[in-house]
Amino acid sequence: MQLTGAQALIKSLEMEGVEVIFGLPGGAILPVYDPLIDSSIRHILVRHEQGAGHMAEGYALATGRPGVAMVTSGPGATNIVTPIGNAYMDSTPLVVITGQVASGSIGTDAFQECDITGITMGITKHNFLVKSAHDIPRAVAAAFYLATTGRPGPVLVDLPKDLAQSMMEWWYPTTVEELDLPGYRPDVALDEVAVDAAVELIAQSERPVLYVGGGTLKSNASAELLAFANRTGMPVVTTLMARGAFPDSHPQNLGMPGMHGTYAAVTAMQRADLLISLGARFDDRVTGKIPAFAPDAKILHVDIDKAEFNKVRRADVAVRATIKDALNALESAEAAPKDMTAWWARIDEWRATYPLVYDEPTNDGLLRPQAVIEAIAKAAAPGTIVSSGVGQHQMWASQFWPFEEPRTWINSGGAGTMGFGVPSAIGAKIGRPESTVWCIDGDGCFQMTAQELVTARAEGIPIKVAILNNAYLGMVHQWQTMFYDNRQSEVYLSADLPDYVLWAQAMGCVGLRARTIEEMHEAIRQANEINDVPVVIDFRTESEEKVFPMVAAGASNDDIMVHPLQREA
Amino acid sequence: MNAPEPFLGDVVHTPVRHHILSVLVENKAGVLARVAGLFARRGFNIYSLAVAPAETKARFSRITIVVDAESAPLEQIVEQLDKLVNVVAISDLSPKDALERELLLATIRTDVNSRTPLSDVVANSGAAIVDVDAHSITLMLAGTPGACDALERQLEDFNTVELHRTGRVALPRLGMTASS
Repeated sequence: MQLTGAQALIKSLEMEGVEVIFGLPGGAILPVYDPLIDSSIRHILVRHEQGAGHMAEGYALATGRPGVAMVTSGPGATNIVTPIGNAYMDSTPLVVITGQVASGSIGTDAFQECDITGITMGITKHNFLVKSAHDIPRAVAAAFYLATTGRPGPVLVDLPKDLAQSMMEWWYPTTVEELDLPGYRPDVALDEVAVDAAVELIAQSERPVLYVGGGTLKSNASAELLAFANRTGMPVVTTLMARGAFPDSHPQNLGMPGMHGTYAAVTAMQRADLLISLGARFDDRVTGKIPAFAPDAKILHVDIDKAEFNKVRRADVAVRATIKDALNALESAEAAPKDMTAWWARIDEWRATYPLVYDEPTNDGLLRPQAVIEAIAKAAAPGTIVSSGVGQHQMWASQFWPFEEPRTWINSGGAGTMGFGVPSAIGAKIGRPESTVWCIDGDGCFQMTAQELVTARAEGIPIKVAILNNAYLGMVHQWQTMFYDNRQSEVYLSADLPDYVLWAQAMGCVGLRARTIEEMHEAIRQANEINDVPVVIDFRTESEEKVFPMVAAGASNDDIMVHPLQREA
Repeated sequence: MNAPEPFLGDVVHTPVRHHILSVLVENKAGVLARVAGLFARRGFNIYSLAVAPAETKARFSRITIVVDAESAPLEQIVEQLDKLVNVVAISDLSPKDALERELLLATIRTDVNSRTPLSDVVANSGAAIVDVDAHSITLMLAGTPGACDALERQLEDFNTVELHRTGRVALPRLGMTASS
């Protein structure tokens, strides 16, 4: 069967089971948009290519399936660089198709030419510049294979326009060998010696902590984690990337560790004699000052990516495996620590003394952002998916939203990409249309990618957006207040400019505003009744509110600052 | 004139904590950029680098990289390299287990007074004269990096027009195996 390269590309995506592409056409990718008309694949026409990338990420995080984005060459490609970098930092499986100028024009500074494989070399798991139409199926199949196996990540396929227009004899790879990846070996056999050593390490511990990272979600190991935690009775901390991997309502869950983690989670790690890292990478936002991090702890490091071992902290035992396989092995070996009665007594005291708190709600026309999150959560159906941008609102959402299920928290962890919230919520809603999707956003973040609400309205994707509008770049405001002697530099945004209600309405969404507690509950009630169009609520929140607890950047986790309400007078 | 360095001399100019990575890669466009880019963005230092098609014909190339194991733990360098999809195999040679060789080519301007001492240097160092005209000679040395270093120092007394070194290649000494 003879196909054009463009037809082969679309057919290859169909072969991979793709149900939706997020994209925006342009010159170099135009040939591919023609056969798309005849395909069963849904296309979401975004308003900016960054939106396409973040939507694909939200889709991938919510479903576990790879997200697919397609854009044109040059600026189309550079506009999607941020989502690619974001997906790389958070190990999100993504396949990005970029159009490229015709093969013969590459290297001539042709119109809308850019070296996107060069640009994304350091922020993709791998990328391909396709060299012949015959190779299109191989490149697509390899991209999906690479994106979804081993440690997942973004893969880019750059397709010159002339190849999309030329003819090829259709074929599709059916074996891994045909993908021609001699240097890629994602399959690992579980190292029994390492597992035995892990069991021994656990047996020697009396103050263990299960340090649960995003890899636990990537390997769909929540059920295994629950079984292991239930049997052993060990305390669990869930990193920002792992919120939802273990139920917050579970009595062994101490919450999030790190810079804005709970006192109990941070301190339990500091005092632990064993950290069992499950798909976590000892990020600086978790460890604080590395030499002072968990000084008495041995490290049992489980990861599919062996480059993570000994990168930041030397592992006493390293087990290269999926988190699911490793937990199953530890479970069948009945790995168990010593008696933890004294350990739990200390942890319970930390929990009782320093729970997450915030100032009493006021009714002076400004809301407490934490109260808004709690009110939305209380009115939300079980299984509601929450996305966020990056900053104070993200930390509060992670702290105060009760996560019970995996893949209900969509956020930008490693890269810290402002503007991630709205488009990723749209992608999540497309992947799981039966779930309610709330985006907890900040006013700064919302302004970066809000135009995708036009996409959401046009495509019939009814997400709900809660803007915690404190009129500031809130986290920068917090740092300037606390660490720059309250010198406020380029951080004020205004609560009224833009008018978020009018803006939402202009984009075809319902726009609501809430200043008082009563208005807050009423707006949430109204939003929950609307299921056909997107809703945006402008919650006016207190500007001076700070995220606590906090470990200052570069400080030891022992120097955690608790909420002022919890400080001794 | 100093006595010439023995042909199997130790490494002189490079620090002791260097390691030689022999990296088998797919022979595809951009692979060298991927390897070099990885070193750059992770802050690993390269002392020397040599690339050529490997023994298995056109499909693979071998990159011999001398890395500074002070700039990052060798384990991290190897593991990050191994994650590059185009990297097929890596063997790590410690200097004491390796036979390292490098090629030096130098063109020296000569006159009546310098020809004889230069001939002595060439003879004593094991170098060979590969080109001559009325005013210059070009010499070549294939030897250990230490021998090349020594020759380079001796040539400081002469009028060197150009001097090129290839960067080293290496194989395990017989009876030694590289770790991979």
